[in-house]
Amino acid sequence: MEAPLLHLALVGTPNSGKTSLFNALTGSRQKVANYPGVTVERKEGFFVTPLGRQVSVVDLPGTYSLRGRSPDEEITRDFVLGKASGETVPDLVLCVADSTNLRLTIRLLLELKRTGRPMILVLNMFDIASRRGITVDVERLAKELGVPVVTSIAVRKSGTADLLALTDEISAKLAAEPRENSWRALSVAELRATQREADRIIADCVSLPARPDTWTARIDAVVLHPVGGLIVLAAILFVMFQAVFAWAQPLMDLLNNGFDALGEFVHATLPAGLLQSFLQNGVISGVGSVIVFLPQIIIIFLFILLLEDFGYMARAAFLMDRIMGGAGLHGRAFIPLLSSFACAIPGIMATRVIDNKRDRLTTILIAPLMTCSARIPVYTLIISAFIPARDVWGFINLQGLVMFGLYAAGITSALLVSFLIKFFMLRDYAPAPFMLELPDYKMPRLKSIAIGVYTRAKMFLHRAGTTIFSMMVLIWFLASFPQPPAGATEPAIDFSLAAIIGKALEPLLAPVGFNWQIAVALIPGMAAREVAVAALGTVYAIEGGKEAAEQIGQVLATKWSLATAMSMLAWYIFAPQCASTLAVIRRETGSWTWMAVTFFYMLVLAYAASLLTYNVAVALGAG
Amino acid sequence: MTDTNDTRSRIPLGLAQRGYIGVIQHLSAGDAGSALSDIELESRLIELGFVEGARVEVLHEGLVGRDPIAVRVDNITIAIRRREAMAIIVA
Repeated sequence: MEAPLLHLALVGTPNSGKTSLFNALTGSRQKVANYPGVTVERKEGFFVTPLGRQVSVVDLPGTYSLRGRSPDEEITRDFVLGKASGETVPDLVLCVADSTNLRLTIRLLLELKRTGRPMILVLNMFDIASRRGITVDVERLAKELGVPVVTSIAVRKSGTADLLALTDEISAKLAAEPRENSWRALSVAELRATQREADRIIADCVSLPARPDTWTARIDAVVLHPVGGLIVLAAILFVMFQAVFAWAQPLMDLLNNGFDALGEFVHATLPAGLLQSFLQNGVISGVGSVIVFLPQIIIIFLFILLLEDFGYMARAAFLMDRIMGGAGLHGRAFIPLLSSFACAIPGIMATRVIDNKRDRLTTILIAPLMTCSARIPVYTLIISAFIPARDVWGFINLQGLVMFGLYAAGITSALLVSFLIKFFMLRDYAPAPFMLELPDYKMPRLKSIAIGVYTRAKMFLHRAGTTIFSMMVLIWFLASFPQPPAGATEPAIDFSLAAIIGKALEPLLAPVGFNWQIAVALIPGMAAREVAVAALGTVYAIEGGKEAAEQIGQVLATKWSLATAMSMLAWYIFAPQCASTLAVIRRETGSWTWMAVTFFYMLVLAYAASLLTYNVAVALGAG
Repeated sequence: MTDTNDTRSRIPLGLAQRGYIGVIQHLSAGDAGSALSDIELESRLIELGFVEGARVEVLHEGLVGRDPIAVRVDNITIAIRRREAMAIIVA
């Protein structure tokens, strides 16, 4: 007889190694989604125990208590209490502890016990604790706590064997007896009493040598030095961006050539006509132009995950707290804003680590101003077509300088907007507290990182395969229909719906120097910024034939003035050209108002910046 | 509670310099001027291990206004702004 699926939940404090244990248990058998109604990431994985029991395990957001101060922590509380909508009450809760740091987890466990759920305490990273000379009387600890205790080493292959065996043993005798839930929010006095109790138990069962992790102390002496630390941070960011732009290039060229070859193949194999045009111009060049960014996405997430696993991200927040505070931002906003350089969507989702509502809102509003990787193709295309690749002052590449200027413009305007929000909108604002654990450094584990990067890449490809694909089909359709009448001499696209829409919008965009082809490209660009490049490609390809599609940069150089190109760059720094970002803002803030505020403030900035750029450029003779 | 450390004067942790080592005497959330309510601030401090009797050491300071500070609390390190650290009375 098949036993029913066993439901496990992982609960623990931040930095307890919960996620690496989750990865060790489930490998790549993971499903990442959102909890209904909130954008808290729901990570579920599956595995089979040695006795053959099918298990589902959910990695709950890290928390220090069940009070539920943030959406994340509320999920953890409701899930354990069985109040989360649409979720099964966990059969067994695994409370995960960092063995080198038991105080906070034992207190959390004493609170968890009141919920009455069956529980196991997992002493994770037990190898590191042993190496530091920490000894734990596991049996006594289990007796004192009244909860089974097991040690584990998530980063080692057989490190979870004991945990699996115990899971089998306990799940076999999980009784259907009703469980008493006596949990309610703790008062300060109870909280203090629980911590005392936890400290007493630890004093009885754990012997701590007075030997702190010397490596962490040594690294921190440099990395948290008031001046040296900032230099290290700048160096790390420099290497990161260097990697994103330089290392990714060969892979991107490879992908690019691959898609070109595929397009050529389709062009050569199929008879000329609608199907050929659809596959080559619509599907392959459209989706291909987006998938090309996969290497950059992978590299930026690789860096972010590595730094996070190593324990550096909390240090970066520490270093940046006061500096960002000048612009009205919280130190914890640093991580979300940094992620926004890859994509504003994970960045905005990462603002969940900021528990103050106003700090979080400010960060969400400015995150889309960070130059995300989707803008890179637009920037690169225009820069390579219009900016000569010569050196200024002997050693600085002019194209690189313009690129840097675009990034700087994004960051500066973000800080300025944040300052204005603080000044005008949230006047009665007192700075929210910054309290953050700085975990001991840990060697990042390759497998865990690989799983993390793989999950992100999969999400990106999924988006390319769905949203972006359907947008490309739509733009191809708009650019191809209605077909020109027989005997027409103008390019086919002049008769299409796209031309009609573009020309209708042209009067609005003419003051900033945009022609109707740009207006057409901006519409699907709402699906994802980078689609604008593909859309320009499609529009000019259908207009000018195959050569135009291959040489989109050269086509632009002949069709646009320098002033138009500059105006387009200025537009892209600010424009709210991303429906997914707006959708995420709507979900994260829970309000249409903030989404509308973001959309309009960015649109106004974009129009003003383009108008200014275009007219200055024309006045200087670049029209 | 009896003070076992009579030779040293009590100060808020928020005023301590880098290198300061002491023991937490009590929490006084009302003195901090934090954006959080007294109860919330006190709860969070306890959850991060700032309880009476814990040994604290100021390990690092930020660049601007020597803020925030990184504090060793028994065997973990917590980053905290001086404003909130004013609630932690040490000696």
